[in-house]
Amino acid sequence: MPQVMTADEVRRALHRIAHEIIEQTDGAGDVVLIGIHTRGVPLARRIAAAIDSFEGLQVPVGTLDIGLYRDDLHQRPVTPLAATSIPVDLNGAVAVLVDDVLFTGRTVRAALDAIADLGRPAVVRLAVLVDRGHRQLPIRPDFVGKNLPTSLQERVGVMLAEIDGEDGVWVGRKGASVA
Amino acid sequence: MKDFLTVEGFERAELELLLDQADSFVDVLRRPIPKVPALRGKTVATLFFEPSTRTKLSFDRAAKALSADLMNFSPGGSSVSKGESLKDTVLTLKAMGPDLMIVRHQATGAPWQVAGWTGLPVINAGDGAHQHPTQAMLDALTIRRRFGKLEGLHVGIVGDIRHSRVARSNVFALSTLGADVTLIAPRTLLPVNHDGWPVTVTEDLDAVLEGLDVVYLLRIQAERGGLSVFPSLPEYVARYGLTQARFQALQPDAVVMHPGPMNRGVEIADVVADHERSLILSQVENGVAVRMAVLFALLGGESNE
Repeated sequence: MPQVMTADEVRRALHRIAHEIIEQTDGAGDVVLIGIHTRGVPLARRIAAAIDSFEGLQVPVGTLDIGLYRDDLHQRPVTPLAATSIPVDLNGAVAVLVDDVLFTGRTVRAALDAIADLGRPAVVRLAVLVDRGHRQLPIRPDFVGKNLPTSLQERVGVMLAEIDGEDGVWVGRKGASVA
Repeated sequence: MKDFLTVEGFERAELELLLDQADSFVDVLRRPIPKVPALRGKTVATLFFEPSTRTKLSFDRAAKALSADLMNFSPGGSSVSKGESLKDTVLTLKAMGPDLMIVRHQATGAPWQVAGWTGLPVINAGDGAHQHPTQAMLDALTIRRRFGKLEGLHVGIVGDIRHSRVARSNVFALSTLGADVTLIAPRTLLPVNHDGWPVTVTEDLDAVLEGLDVVYLLRIQAERGGLSVFPSLPEYVARYGLTQARFQALQPDAVVMHPGPMNRGVEIADVVADHERSLILSQVENGVAVRMAVLFALLGGESNE
């Protein structure tokens, strides 16, 4: 599979997203980063670490499993649930959802429903490492690492050191193995 | 998994996955809005041919917390009292379109028959003195949440084991999950045949008290003839009741459990029932989460058919 982002490019993209979050949220004081399982969680932690190194500010990081909110729940096998844990009160916060790939938008739709059950943030923003297009819902990202035009036949593989042992983004035909 | 009729035959990993899912549902139930849309549009029918308060309410709560709709059937004042057969009752209910049936019946095997007649997923909510699998899983969850594990723990089940579907299901669930189970009862309250059960058996509670991590107490089931096999209640209390003195002889971190309804002053002393190391109310809370996990496992994914 051809690689479209190297480890360095992933790191730079996340640093830029961190800067943009600080800039557009007036210093990130009310920000809560919420990583969507699985790969959104380490991405949210890395963005938090970057914000800390730039501003000396520790932004709370939460995790969200959207398994119980999917609209295609009954079209796929039952999957194990991961932890949903938001360490702070979401009411009035600036919630920034973090995920690896934005595709149809259905995961984000489910995440918005899940968040609504956990509190009422003042605003919800969306940060993604890769936007590959092909939205099926009126959802758009606020912070994007890389816009990646793809065909529906292609698949995008994101690997992160915390889970996969290395960083990078690859694009290939469906069915091809990642990396 | 199409049905949840018994815990026998499940692999350890399958039961552990169910407990992991239940852990997630405990978190859901503690949220400000303790409800998720996972089973929206699904309808769950409860058929309780035998009286039940806590199990039925627990299943109701579990189904509602998953946003499923409920149809409740109980035989009192129904066509059952007019002589309708179980099969006709069940098929009539099926025609109303539920996606799953939860069945409690005084006859052993009834939930299997319901599954066969309807082809629907069925959860056994207790059949005679045979099985009560969701009770066993909620007990396993309660122990695991308290001790962080089940492996190597020593669980003593005390009392009317012969008439207890709770004991039967617990023996197989807990031993599959790695716990050591001892049955503690007079011979008259042990099952007629427990050959092949993965348990140790003793008549002497006091001899094993000190080695127990969990004391699991059962009610004498008068309605199933449990009283007739013991000379008198005071004699039962003297030998098998968890009195304050026996409670003090336990290890300092040992806990007490009871599936309810309990008879204070008989199998469990008043102060023991209300002690911090009595997990009876945790069992009730965890019961809702376990039943959510079972409902989600049976109805949450793509159809097995």
